[in-house]
Amino acid sequence: MNFGKQLKEGLISQNPVLVQLLGMCSTLAITTSFFNGLGMGISVLVILTLSNIFISLLRKIIPNEVRIACYIVVIAGFVTCVDLILKAFVPALSNSLGVFIPLIVVNCIILGRAEAFASKNSVAASAVDGICQGIGYTLVLVIMCVFRELLGSGTFGAGLLGGGELGAAPGLRIIPEQFGIKILTMPVGGFLTLGALIAAMQWALTKANNKKKEAK
Amino acid sequence: MTDYKNLKLIASSSPHIRSNEDTRSIMLDVIIAMLPALGMSIYVFGIQALVLTLISVASCLFWEWGYRKLMKKSSSIGDLSAVVTGMLLAFVCPVSLPWWAIVIGAFFSIVVVKQLYGGIGCNFLNPALAGRAILVASYASFMTQWVTPAEKLPIFGSAADVTTGSTPLALMKDGAFNELPTIREMFLGTIGGSLGEVSALALLLGGIYLIIRKVISWQIPVAYIATVAVVSLISAPANIGAVDYMLYSVLGGGLMLGAIFMATDYATSPVTKPGQLIFGIGCGLLTVFIRRFGSYPEGVCYSILIMNCCTWLLDKYIKPTIYGAPKKEKKEAAAK
Repeated sequence: MNFGKQLKEGLISQNPVLVQLLGMCSTLAITTSFFNGLGMGISVLVILTLSNIFISLLRKIIPNEVRIACYIVVIAGFVTCVDLILKAFVPALSNSLGVFIPLIVVNCIILGRAEAFASKNSVAASAVDGICQGIGYTLVLVIMCVFRELLGSGTFGAGLLGGGELGAAPGLRIIPEQFGIKILTMPVGGFLTLGALIAAMQWALTKANNKKKEAK
Repeated sequence: MTDYKNLKLIASSSPHIRSNEDTRSIMLDVIIAMLPALGMSIYVFGIQALVLTLISVASCLFWEWGYRKLMKKSSSIGDLSAVVTGMLLAFVCPVSLPWWAIVIGAFFSIVVVKQLYGGIGCNFLNPALAGRAILVASYASFMTQWVTPAEKLPIFGSAADVTTGSTPLALMKDGAFNELPTIREMFLGTIGGSLGEVSALALLLGGIYLIIRKVISWQIPVAYIATVAVVSLISAPANIGAVDYMLYSVLGGGLMLGAIFMATDYATSPVTKPGQLIFGIGCGLLTVFIRRFGSYPEGVCYSILIMNCCTWLLDKYIKPTIYGAPKKEKKEAAAK
C-alpha cells in the first residue's frame, strides 16, 4: 500500500471527475457556491470511504452474479445515514443540495471504486483509496464552485461567510453585483467551467507525459 | 534565345490558376458592407454607437491576439475576422450597453466560441451571436434596454439617464399595433433597437454589395427573409392588415442583419446550395415561431444559433451529385 501514490492518483492522474469523467451530474448541478461544493464533496468523501471499507470487507462473501445489487444496497445504506445526519444537523445544506444527496446512491464514482478497487483490494487499501478519490472529487468541486461563484455572482463563500445564519449568509462580496456573469451560475456555466477544467487537466497531463518520454 | 539550362521547372499540384481572394479580402468586403449600417446607427443613436463598436472591435482583437500569444500559436488578427466579429457583436447589442459588458461578450465570442474550437473556420456557432446570447443570459437588464432614437446619448453617459422605449417587435408582441412606427421609419431605421439592426435600407445595401462581390450567395438571406415574409403574411392577426404585418415582421428586429451578415457566416452555414436553402427556411420558421409563441419578442439570434447546430446534418445528408456519373452511381453517392 502506498498512500502517496494513491493520493496522487486520486488528485491528479486518476482524478475521478477530470480524468475518469465520473460523477458529472452532481458536479454540474451543485457547483454554484463554495458552501454547496464543500458540503457535497465531504458527503461523498465520507460515503465513498465507508462503502469502500464495507465492500472490501464483504468482497469474499458477495456472489459475483449479484455484486452490483449488493454494492448498491451497501452504498444506499450509507447515503441514507448521511442524508438523515445532514437533515438533523445542517438543514441549510440539506435544503440547498436537495435531491443530490439521495442521488449519491447512483453516483458513478462510488460504484466505480467499489467495482474497480474495493472488490479486489484489502480493507486498509480500500479505505485509503476512498479518502484519496474523495479528496480528488472535493477538490474539483471546490475549484468549480469558487470559480463559478466568484465570476457568476461576485461573492465568495455565500451561505457560509459574511455573517448571518448558516445557509443564508451573503458571503464576502469581491466583485460588485452588477458585473456578475450570471450565465456561469446557470447550468450552461457548469458545462463551460467543467469543459475548461477538463481541457486544462488534459493539457497538463499530456505535457507531463511528453516530458517523461523526452527524459527517457 | 531561351537559356534552357537556367530555366526553372516549377512542379506543383492543381489548381494552377488562383484568385487573389483570401480570408483577409473577404473580411474586408464584409467590413465595407457593414459601414452603411454603422453610419446609420451613428446617425440614429449618436456618437456612442461608434464608441461602442470601436470598443467591441478593439476587445475582440485583443482577446484574439492574447489567446494566440498565450497558446504560442501564429497570430491571426491580420485576417480581420476578429474585426468582423467585433462589429457584429456591437451591432446586436443595445447602444446603452456598458463598455465592460461588451468586453466580456467579446471574450466569450472570441475565446470560448471561436478559439477554443481551433480558431477561424472551426467554430460551430456564430461567434457574435453566441456572444450576444451569453450577454442576454448574463445581463438581461442591460440587454433589453432600448434607447429611443430621438435621444442622442452623451459619449460617456450612464445608461440610467436615457429614455427607453419598446422596440417595434415588443409592441407587436403586446398587440399594440397602433403604436408602431410607420413603415418608412422602419425601413430607414429611425426606430429603437439594437445598434446595427435598425436600418433595413443600410443593411440591404450592404447585402447587395456582398452578393455582387460574390462574398455571400443569395440562397440563405433570400430563403430566410422570404420564409419570414410568407409565414407572417398567412398568419397575420385579425386587427392588422396582412401586408402591413408582413412588412413589420420583415423590417423589425434583427432579421435583415441576421439574414445578411450572421446566417451567411462560412464556418457555420451549409456548403451546398440546397443545404443553404433549407438552412434559410429553417432559420425563418424558427424566427417566426419564437416571435409568435416564445416568451422573447425577437427570435433571430436563437434561430440562427439553433440552425448553426444543424449545419453538420445538412452537410452530411445533402451532398452534391458527382458530375457526369451515371444515374445509378449518382443515387449511390447520394445515399452515402
